Amino acid sequence: MKLIYYPGCTLKNQAKNFEDAGLCALDKLGIEVQELERWNCCGTVFSLVTDDLIHHLAPVRVLIRTKEAKSNSLMTMCAMCFNTLKRANERVRADADALSTLNDLMYEEETKYEGDVDVYHLLEILKDKIGFETIRQKTVKPLQDLKVASYYGCYLIRPREIGIDDPENPQILEDLTASLGATPIDFPYKTECCAAYKTVDNPNIVAERTYQILNSARQLGAEVVVVSCPLCAFNLDARQKETSKLYPEFQHVPILYFTQLMALALGCSEEKLRLDLHYIDPKPILKSKGLI
Amino acid sequence: MRINISRKNINDLFVAKIQELSGQNLLACYQCGKCSAGCPAVSDMDLLPNQIIRYAQLGLKDELMHSKSIWVCASCMTCNVRCPRGIKIAEVIEAIRQILLRKRADHLPLENLSPEVKCQVPPIALISSFRKFTS
Ligand code: SF4
Ligand code: SF4
Repeated sequence: MKLIYYPGCTLKNQAKNFEDAGLCALDKLGIEVQELERWNCCGTVFSLVTDDLIHHLAPVRVLIRTKEAKSNSLMTMCAMCFNTLKRANERVRADADALSTLNDLMYEEETKYEGDVDVYHLLEILKDKIGFETIRQKTVKPLQDLKVASYYGCYLIRPREIGIDDPENPQILEDLTASLGATPIDFPYKTECCAAYKTVDNPNIVAERTYQILNSARQLGAEVVVVSCPLCAFNLDARQKETSKLYPEFQHVPILYFTQLMALALGCSEEKLRLDLHYIDPKPILKSKGLI
Repeated sequence: MRINISRKNINDLFVAKIQELSGQNLLACYQCGKCSAGCPAVSDMDLLPNQIIRYAQLGLKDELMHSKSIWVCASCMTCNVRCPRGIKIAEVIEAIRQILLRKRADHLPLENLSPEVKCQVPPIALISSFRKFTS
Protein backbone atom coordinates (compact mmCIF):
# COMPACT_ATOMS: atom_id res chain seq x y z
CA MET A 1 0.00 0.00 0.00
CA LYS A 2 1.27 3.47 -0.86
CA LEU A 3 -0.05 6.62 0.83
CA ILE A 4 0.21 10.17 -0.46
CA TYR A 5 0.99 12.17 2.65
CA TYR A 6 0.14 15.77 3.55
CA PRO A 7 2.26 16.91 6.52
CA GLY A 8 0.87 20.41 7.20
CA CYS A 9 2.91 23.16 8.84
CA THR A 10 3.25 22.06 12.43
CA LEU A 11 4.50 18.53 11.73
CA LYS A 12 7.34 20.17 9.82
CA ASN A 13 8.16 22.60 12.64
CA GLN A 14 7.66 22.30 16.41
CA ALA A 15 6.09 18.84 16.03
CA LYS A 16 8.63 17.33 13.63
CA ASN A 17 9.03 14.39 16.00
CA PHE A 18 5.35 13.45 15.55
CA GLU A 19 5.98 13.15 11.82
CA ASP A 20 9.27 11.26 12.20
CA ALA A 21 7.61 8.81 14.60
CA GLY A 22 4.64 8.33 12.27
CA LEU A 23 6.80 7.73 9.20
CA CYS A 24 8.93 5.22 11.09
CA ALA A 25 5.84 3.40 12.40
CA LEU A 26 4.32 3.20 8.90
CA ASP A 27 7.59 1.87 7.56
CA LYS A 28 7.52 -0.87 10.22
CA LEU A 29 3.99 -1.71 9.05
CA GLY A 30 5.30 -2.06 5.51
CA ILE A 31 3.40 0.95 4.17
CA GLU A 32 5.04 3.13 1.55
CA VAL A 33 4.58 6.85 2.13
CA GLN A 34 5.18 9.60 -0.41
CA GLU A 35 5.07 13.23 0.71
CA LEU A 36 2.89 15.42 -1.49
CA GLU A 37 4.96 17.69 -3.73
CA ARG A 38 4.54 21.49 -3.54
CA TRP A 39 2.00 21.28 -0.76
CA ASN A 40 0.73 24.51 0.81
CA CYS A 41 -0.80 25.32 4.21
CA CYS A 42 -4.48 24.27 4.30
CA GLY A 43 -5.43 27.36 6.32
CA THR A 44 -5.84 25.32 9.55
CA VAL A 45 -9.56 26.14 10.04
CA PHE A 46 -12.55 25.64 7.76
CA SER A 47 -14.31 28.91 7.01
CA LEU A 48 -17.84 28.71 8.46
CA VAL A 49 -19.59 31.55 6.64
CA THR A 50 -21.43 30.89 3.40
CA ASP A 51 -19.83 33.54 1.18
CA ASP A 52 -16.19 33.03 2.12
CA LEU A 53 -15.05 30.95 -0.85
CA ILE A 54 -11.54 32.34 -1.01
CA HIS A 55 -10.53 30.52 2.16
CA HIS A 56 -11.41 27.17 0.57
CA LEU A 57 -8.89 27.80 -2.17
CA ALA A 58 -5.85 26.63 -0.17
CA PRO A 59 -7.31 23.23 0.79
CA VAL A 60 -8.68 22.65 -2.73
CA ARG A 61 -5.25 23.44 -4.18
CA VAL A 62 -3.85 20.69 -1.96
CA LEU A 63 -6.39 18.31 -3.51
CA ILE A 64 -5.24 19.38 -6.99
CA ARG A 65 -1.67 18.52 -6.01
CA THR A 66 -2.92 15.10 -4.89
CA LYS A 67 -4.44 14.48 -8.32
CA GLU A 68 -1.16 15.55 -9.90
CA ALA A 69 0.55 12.89 -7.78
CA LYS A 70 -1.73 10.44 -9.61
CA SER A 71 -3.67 9.60 -6.48
CA ASN A 72 -7.30 9.83 -5.48
CA SER A 73 -6.64 9.80 -1.75
CA LEU A 74 -4.66 11.89 0.68
CA MET A 75 -3.53 11.06 4.21
CA THR A 76 -2.69 13.46 7.02
CA MET A 77 -1.63 12.83 10.63
CA CYS A 78 -3.01 16.19 11.87
CA ALA A 79 -6.63 16.51 13.03
CA MET A 80 -6.92 20.16 12.01
CA CYS A 81 -5.52 19.62 8.51
CA PHE A 82 -7.85 16.64 8.19
CA ASN A 83 -10.89 18.68 9.20
CA THR A 84 -10.09 21.64 6.93
CA LEU A 85 -9.21 19.52 3.89
CA LYS A 86 -12.17 17.18 4.28
CA ARG A 87 -14.73 19.91 4.95
CA ALA A 88 -13.53 21.99 1.99
CA ASN A 89 -13.74 18.84 -0.13
CA GLU A 90 -17.32 18.11 1.00
CA ARG A 91 -18.24 21.78 0.49
CA VAL A 92 -17.17 21.82 -3.17
CA ARG A 93 -18.55 18.33 -3.84
CA ALA A 94 -21.97 19.59 -2.78
CA ASP A 95 -21.80 22.90 -4.66
CA ALA A 96 -20.88 22.81 -8.35
CA ASP A 97 -20.95 26.63 -8.62
CA ALA A 98 -18.48 27.04 -5.77
CA LEU A 99 -16.19 24.45 -7.34
CA SER A 100 -16.28 26.11 -10.74
CA THR A 101 -15.57 29.54 -9.16
CA LEU A 102 -12.58 28.08 -7.31
CA ASN A 103 -11.28 26.43 -10.46
CA ASP A 104 -11.64 29.77 -12.25
CA LEU A 105 -9.74 31.55 -9.51
CA MET A 106 -6.94 29.00 -9.95
CA TYR A 107 -7.00 29.29 -13.76
CA GLU A 108 -3.23 28.90 -13.96
CA GLU A 109 -3.40 25.42 -12.47
CA GLU A 110 -3.06 22.78 -15.17
CA THR A 111 -5.30 20.38 -13.30
CA LYS A 112 -8.96 21.10 -12.53
CA TYR A 113 -10.41 19.85 -9.30
CA GLU A 114 -13.54 17.74 -9.74
CA GLY A 115 -14.22 16.48 -6.22
CA ASP A 116 -12.31 13.32 -7.02
CA VAL A 117 -9.94 12.99 -4.07
CA ASP A 118 -10.77 11.44 -0.66
CA VAL A 119 -9.20 12.83 2.51
CA TYR A 120 -8.20 10.53 5.38
CA HIS A 121 -6.74 10.93 8.82
CA LEU A 122 -4.08 8.29 9.45
CA LEU A 123 -6.17 6.79 12.27
CA GLU A 124 -8.90 5.86 9.77
CA ILE A 125 -6.37 4.14 7.56
CA LEU A 126 -4.98 2.22 10.52
CA LYS A 127 -8.48 1.06 11.44
CA ASP A 128 -10.05 0.37 8.05
CA LYS A 129 -7.20 -0.41 5.66
CA ILE A 130 -4.42 -1.85 7.82
CA GLY A 131 -6.48 -3.16 10.71
CA PHE A 132 -5.78 -3.09 14.44
CA GLU A 133 -5.25 -6.87 14.42
CA THR A 134 -2.32 -6.48 11.99
CA ILE A 135 -0.91 -3.75 14.21
CA ARG A 136 -1.23 -6.06 17.22
CA GLN A 137 0.70 -8.74 15.35
CA LYS A 138 3.45 -6.35 14.31
CA THR A 139 3.88 -4.93 17.81
CA VAL A 140 7.34 -5.92 19.00
CA LYS A 141 7.41 -3.99 22.26
CA PRO A 142 3.91 -4.09 23.76
CA LEU A 143 3.12 -1.05 25.92
CA GLN A 144 2.53 -3.42 28.82
CA ASP A 145 0.97 -1.85 31.94
CA LEU A 146 1.00 1.64 30.44
CA LYS A 147 -2.30 3.33 31.32
CA VAL A 148 -3.22 5.64 28.47
CA ALA A 149 -6.15 8.07 28.33
CA SER A 150 -7.15 9.05 24.79
CA TYR A 151 -7.96 12.71 24.21
CA TYR A 152 -9.79 13.48 20.95
CA GLY A 153 -10.52 17.18 21.16
CA CYS A 154 -12.78 18.52 18.40
CA TYR A 155 -11.62 18.34 14.83
CA LEU A 156 -11.29 14.60 14.40
CA ILE A 157 -14.88 13.90 15.41
CA ARG A 158 -16.92 17.06 14.80
CA PRO A 159 -19.00 17.93 12.90
CA ARG A 160 -20.64 14.52 12.66
CA GLU A 161 -20.75 14.55 8.81
CA ILE A 162 -16.97 14.42 8.51
CA GLY A 163 -15.94 12.94 11.86
CA ILE A 164 -14.13 9.59 11.86
CA ASP A 165 -15.93 8.26 14.95
CA ASP A 166 -18.88 8.84 17.28
CA PRO A 167 -18.78 12.53 18.28
CA GLU A 168 -19.87 11.82 21.87
CA ASN A 169 -18.00 8.60 22.64
CA PRO A 170 -15.23 7.90 20.14
CA GLN A 171 -13.16 4.71 20.57
CA ILE A 172 -10.66 4.66 17.72
CA LEU A 173 -7.68 5.84 19.80
CA GLU A 174 -8.51 3.38 22.60
CA ASP A 175 -8.66 0.59 20.01
CA LEU A 176 -5.28 1.63 18.65
CA THR A 177 -3.57 1.89 22.04
CA ALA A 178 -5.05 -1.47 23.09
CA SER A 179 -3.65 -3.07 19.94
CA LEU A 180 -0.24 -1.67 20.92
CA GLY A 181 -0.55 -3.46 24.25
CA ALA A 182 -1.44 -0.47 26.44
CA THR A 183 -4.33 -0.26 28.93
CA PRO A 184 -6.88 2.32 27.76
CA ILE A 185 -8.38 4.56 30.45
CA ASP A 186 -11.78 6.10 29.75
CA PHE A 187 -12.43 9.62 31.06
CA PRO A 188 -15.27 12.13 30.66
CA TYR A 189 -13.24 14.99 29.18
CA LYS A 190 -11.96 13.15 26.12
CA THR A 191 -13.98 15.25 23.66
CA GLU A 192 -13.85 18.56 25.57
CA CYS A 193 -12.22 21.39 23.58
CA CYS A 194 -8.76 22.47 24.87
CA ALA A 195 -9.56 26.04 23.66
CA ALA A 196 -7.39 25.55 20.57
CA TYR A 197 -6.02 28.81 19.13
CA LYS A 198 -7.09 30.79 22.19
CA THR A 199 -3.60 29.75 23.30
CA VAL A 200 -2.32 32.81 21.40
CA ASP A 201 -4.50 35.58 22.83
CA ASN A 202 -5.52 34.02 26.16
CA PRO A 203 -3.26 31.19 27.36
CA ASN A 204 -4.99 31.12 30.74
CA ILE A 205 -8.22 29.80 29.20
CA VAL A 206 -6.17 26.93 27.82
CA ALA A 207 -4.45 26.44 31.19
CA GLU A 208 -7.85 26.17 32.92
CA ARG A 209 -9.06 23.55 30.42
CA THR A 210 -5.75 21.70 30.68
CA TYR A 211 -6.31 21.53 34.43
CA GLN A 212 -9.81 20.04 34.07
CA ILE A 213 -8.93 17.63 31.28
CA LEU A 214 -5.68 16.27 32.69
CA ASN A 215 -6.87 16.13 36.30
CA SER A 216 -9.82 14.04 35.24
CA ALA A 217 -7.60 11.66 33.25
CA ARG A 218 -5.07 11.35 36.06
CA GLN A 219 -7.68 10.77 38.75
CA LEU A 220 -9.04 7.88 36.71
CA GLY A 221 -5.60 6.32 36.59
CA ALA A 222 -4.01 7.62 33.36
CA GLU A 223 -0.22 7.75 33.33
CA VAL A 224 0.01 9.45 29.93
CA VAL A 225 -2.52 11.14 27.63
CA VAL A 226 -2.40 10.42 23.91
CA VAL A 227 -3.57 12.98 21.30
CA SER A 228 -4.08 13.17 17.54
CA CYS A 229 -3.85 16.94 16.94
CA PRO A 230 -0.61 18.93 17.21
CA LEU A 231 -2.45 21.96 18.63
CA CYS A 232 -4.02 19.84 21.40
CA ALA A 233 -0.54 18.41 21.97
CA PHE A 234 1.00 21.85 22.39
CA ASN A 235 -1.81 23.11 24.62
CA LEU A 236 -2.01 20.11 26.91
CA ASP A 237 1.77 19.78 27.18
CA ALA A 238 3.35 23.25 27.11
CA ARG A 239 0.47 25.01 28.89
CA GLN A 240 0.96 22.81 31.94
CA LYS A 241 3.47 25.51 32.88
CA GLU A 242 0.66 28.09 33.14
CA THR A 243 -1.63 25.49 34.75
CA SER A 244 0.87 25.01 37.57
CA LYS A 245 0.95 28.77 38.14
CA LEU A 246 -2.85 28.83 38.51
CA TYR A 247 -3.03 25.62 40.55
CA PRO A 248 0.22 24.94 42.45
CA GLU A 249 -1.02 21.49 43.55
CA PHE A 250 -1.56 20.39 39.92
CA GLN A 251 0.29 17.16 39.08
CA HIS A 252 1.86 17.00 35.62
CA VAL A 253 0.81 14.43 33.03
CA PRO A 254 3.02 13.59 30.02
CA ILE A 255 1.40 14.01 26.60
CA LEU A 256 2.29 11.76 23.66
CA TYR A 257 1.21 11.81 20.03
CA PHE A 258 -0.46 8.64 18.78
CA THR A 259 2.36 8.20 16.24
CA GLN A 260 4.92 8.21 19.06
CA LEU A 261 3.15 5.38 20.90
CA MET A 262 3.00 3.46 17.62
CA ALA A 263 6.68 4.04 16.91
CA LEU A 264 7.60 2.85 20.39
CA ALA A 265 5.54 -0.34 20.20
CA LEU A 266 6.48 -1.15 16.60
CA GLY A 267 10.19 -1.04 17.37
CA CYS A 268 11.44 2.36 16.17
CA SER A 269 14.44 3.80 17.96
CA GLU A 270 13.87 6.20 20.85
CA GLU A 271 15.55 9.04 18.89
CA LYS A 272 12.57 9.11 16.52
CA LEU A 273 10.35 10.19 19.40
CA ARG A 274 12.57 13.13 20.42
CA LEU A 275 11.13 13.02 23.92
CA ASP A 276 13.45 15.90 24.82
CA LEU A 277 11.17 18.25 22.85
CA HIS A 278 8.29 17.68 25.30
CA TYR A 279 7.64 20.19 28.05
CA ILE A 280 6.52 17.50 30.49
CA ASP A 281 9.11 14.73 30.24
CA PRO A 282 7.53 11.36 29.36
CA LYS A 283 10.81 9.49 29.96
CA PRO A 284 10.42 8.65 33.67
CA ILE A 285 7.09 6.85 33.17
CA LEU A 286 8.25 5.11 29.97
CA LYS A 287 11.48 4.02 31.71
CA SER A 288 9.59 2.69 34.72
CA LYS A 289 7.63 0.42 32.35
CA GLY A 290 10.81 -0.72 30.65
CA LEU A 291 9.75 0.83 27.35
CA ILE A 292 12.85 2.97 26.81
CA MET B 1 -30.17 44.50 32.29
CA ARG B 2 -32.73 46.38 30.21
CA ILE B 3 -33.45 45.09 26.73
CA ASN B 4 -35.52 46.94 24.16
CA ILE B 5 -37.42 44.70 21.81
CA SER B 6 -38.81 46.36 18.72
CA ARG B 7 -40.12 45.46 15.29
CA LYS B 8 -37.45 47.76 13.89
CA ASN B 9 -34.63 45.73 15.42
CA ILE B 10 -36.15 42.41 14.43
CA ASN B 11 -36.50 43.55 10.82
CA ASP B 12 -33.05 45.11 10.75
CA LEU B 13 -30.69 44.09 7.94
CA PHE B 14 -28.33 42.82 10.64
CA VAL B 15 -30.59 39.84 11.32
CA ALA B 16 -30.87 39.05 7.61
CA LYS B 17 -27.08 39.32 7.26
CA ILE B 18 -26.47 36.88 10.10
CA GLN B 19 -28.90 34.39 8.58
CA GLU B 20 -27.28 34.79 5.17
CA LEU B 21 -23.69 34.45 6.39
CA SER B 22 -24.42 31.57 8.74
CA GLY B 23 -26.90 29.83 6.46
CA GLN B 24 -29.11 29.27 9.53
CA ASN B 25 -32.78 29.91 10.23
CA LEU B 26 -32.61 31.64 13.61
CA LEU B 27 -36.32 31.17 14.29
CA ALA B 28 -35.87 27.40 14.38
CA CYS B 29 -34.38 27.76 17.88
CA TYR B 30 -36.81 27.03 20.73
CA GLN B 31 -34.44 28.03 23.51
CA CYS B 32 -33.96 24.63 25.11
CA GLY B 33 -30.48 25.64 26.28
CA LYS B 34 -28.76 22.43 25.27
CA CYS B 35 -26.09 24.34 23.36
CA SER B 36 -25.11 26.29 26.48
CA ALA B 37 -25.29 23.24 28.73
CA GLY B 38 -22.45 21.54 26.85
CA CYS B 39 -20.38 24.56 25.85
CA PRO B 40 -16.91 24.36 27.44
CA ALA B 41 -16.45 28.13 27.24
CA VAL B 42 -19.46 29.41 29.23
CA SER B 43 -17.44 30.38 32.31
CA ASP B 44 -15.68 33.03 30.20
CA MET B 45 -18.79 34.20 28.33
CA ASP B 46 -21.06 37.19 29.00
CA LEU B 47 -23.82 35.91 26.69
CA LEU B 48 -24.42 32.16 26.60
CA PRO B 49 -24.74 30.41 23.22
CA ASN B 50 -28.55 30.09 23.50
CA GLN B 51 -28.73 33.79 24.43
CA ILE B 52 -26.66 34.66 21.37
CA ILE B 53 -29.26 32.92 19.21
CA ARG B 54 -32.13 34.67 21.06
CA TYR B 55 -30.46 38.08 20.76
CA ALA B 56 -29.84 37.44 17.07
CA GLN B 57 -33.54 36.58 16.56
CA LEU B 58 -34.44 39.89 18.20
CA GLY B 59 -31.84 41.91 16.27
CA LEU B 60 -30.01 43.07 19.40
CA LYS B 61 -27.07 44.17 17.34
CA ASP B 62 -25.10 46.32 19.81
CA GLU B 63 -25.25 43.69 22.55
CA LEU B 64 -23.99 41.01 20.17
CA MET B 65 -21.29 43.11 18.55
CA HIS B 66 -19.90 44.10 21.97
CA SER B 67 -20.17 40.69 23.52
CA LYS B 68 -17.06 38.98 24.82
CA SER B 69 -18.49 35.57 23.98
CA ILE B 70 -17.96 35.80 20.24
CA TRP B 71 -14.19 35.94 20.82
CA VAL B 72 -14.24 33.19 23.44
CA CYS B 73 -16.00 30.61 21.27
CA ALA B 74 -13.36 28.43 19.60
CA SER B 75 -15.74 26.81 17.08
CA CYS B 76 -15.44 23.49 18.91
CA MET B 77 -18.77 22.35 17.39
CA THR B 78 -20.06 20.72 20.56
CA CYS B 79 -23.22 22.86 20.41
CA ASN B 80 -23.71 22.08 16.72
CA VAL B 81 -23.67 18.32 17.17
CA ARG B 82 -26.13 18.53 20.08
CA CYS B 83 -28.77 21.06 18.99
CA PRO B 84 -32.08 19.19 18.67
CA ARG B 85 -33.17 21.71 16.00
CA GLY B 86 -30.06 21.23 13.89
CA ILE B 87 -28.97 24.82 14.27
CA LYS B 88 -25.31 25.51 13.67
CA ILE B 89 -24.64 27.88 16.54
CA ALA B 90 -20.90 28.07 15.78
CA GLU B 91 -21.77 29.34 12.28
CA VAL B 92 -24.00 32.06 13.76
CA ILE B 93 -21.17 33.17 16.06
CA GLU B 94 -18.71 33.13 13.13
CA ALA B 95 -21.14 35.34 11.16
CA ILE B 96 -21.14 37.93 13.96
CA ARG B 97 -17.33 37.85 14.11
CA GLN B 98 -17.18 38.24 10.33
CA ILE B 99 -19.46 41.30 10.37
CA LEU B 100 -16.99 42.95 12.75
CA LEU B 101 -13.83 41.71 11.03
CA ARG B 102 -15.09 42.99 7.69
CA LYS B 103 -15.05 46.43 9.32
CA ARG B 104 -11.45 45.73 10.30
CA ALA B 105 -12.34 45.52 13.98
CA ASP B 106 -9.56 43.01 14.66
CA HIS B 107 -9.68 41.18 17.95
CA LEU B 108 -6.00 40.22 17.88
CA PRO B 109 -3.69 43.14 17.01
CA LEU B 110 -0.72 41.36 15.45
CA GLU B 111 1.67 44.13 16.43
CA ASN B 112 0.96 43.28 20.09
CA LEU B 113 2.28 39.74 19.75
CA SER B 114 5.70 39.49 21.36
CA PRO B 115 8.55 37.75 19.52
CA GLU B 116 8.59 35.15 22.33
CA VAL B 117 4.94 34.24 21.69
CA LYS B 118 5.53 34.08 17.95
CA CYS B 119 8.47 31.71 18.45
CA GLN B 120 6.88 29.56 21.13
CA VAL B 121 3.43 28.75 19.77
CA PRO B 122 3.27 26.42 16.76
CA PRO B 123 2.23 27.68 13.28
CA ILE B 124 -1.10 25.87 13.59
CA ALA B 125 -2.03 28.12 16.55
CA LEU B 126 -0.82 31.35 14.95
CA ILE B 127 -2.51 30.77 11.63
CA SER B 128 -5.83 29.69 13.13
CA SER B 129 -5.95 32.64 15.50
CA PHE B 130 -5.16 35.02 12.61
CA ARG B 131 -7.92 33.38 10.58
CA LYS B 132 -10.46 33.71 13.37
CA PHE B 133 -9.49 37.01 14.96
CA THR B 134 -8.09 39.25 12.23
CA SER B 135 -9.48 40.70 9.00
S1 SF4 C 1 -29.59 23.82 21.37
FE1 SF4 C 1 -30.50 24.64 19.47
S2 SF4 C 1 -32.68 24.89 19.91
FE2 SF4 C 1 -31.66 24.61 21.90
S3 SF4 C 1 -31.22 26.74 22.59
FE3 SF4 C 1 -29.40 26.05 21.49
S4 SF4 C 1 -29.71 26.73 19.38
FE4 SF4 C 1 -31.71 26.83 20.41
S1 SF4 D 1 -18.68 26.11 19.16
FE1 SF4 D 1 -18.45 27.88 20.51
S2 SF4 D 1 -20.49 28.18 21.43
FE2 SF4 D 1 -20.47 26.12 20.55
S3 SF4 D 1 -19.91 24.80 22.25
FE3 SF4 D 1 -18.01 25.33 21.18
S4 SF4 D 1 -17.17 27.16 22.22
FE4 SF4 D 1 -19.36 26.90 22.85
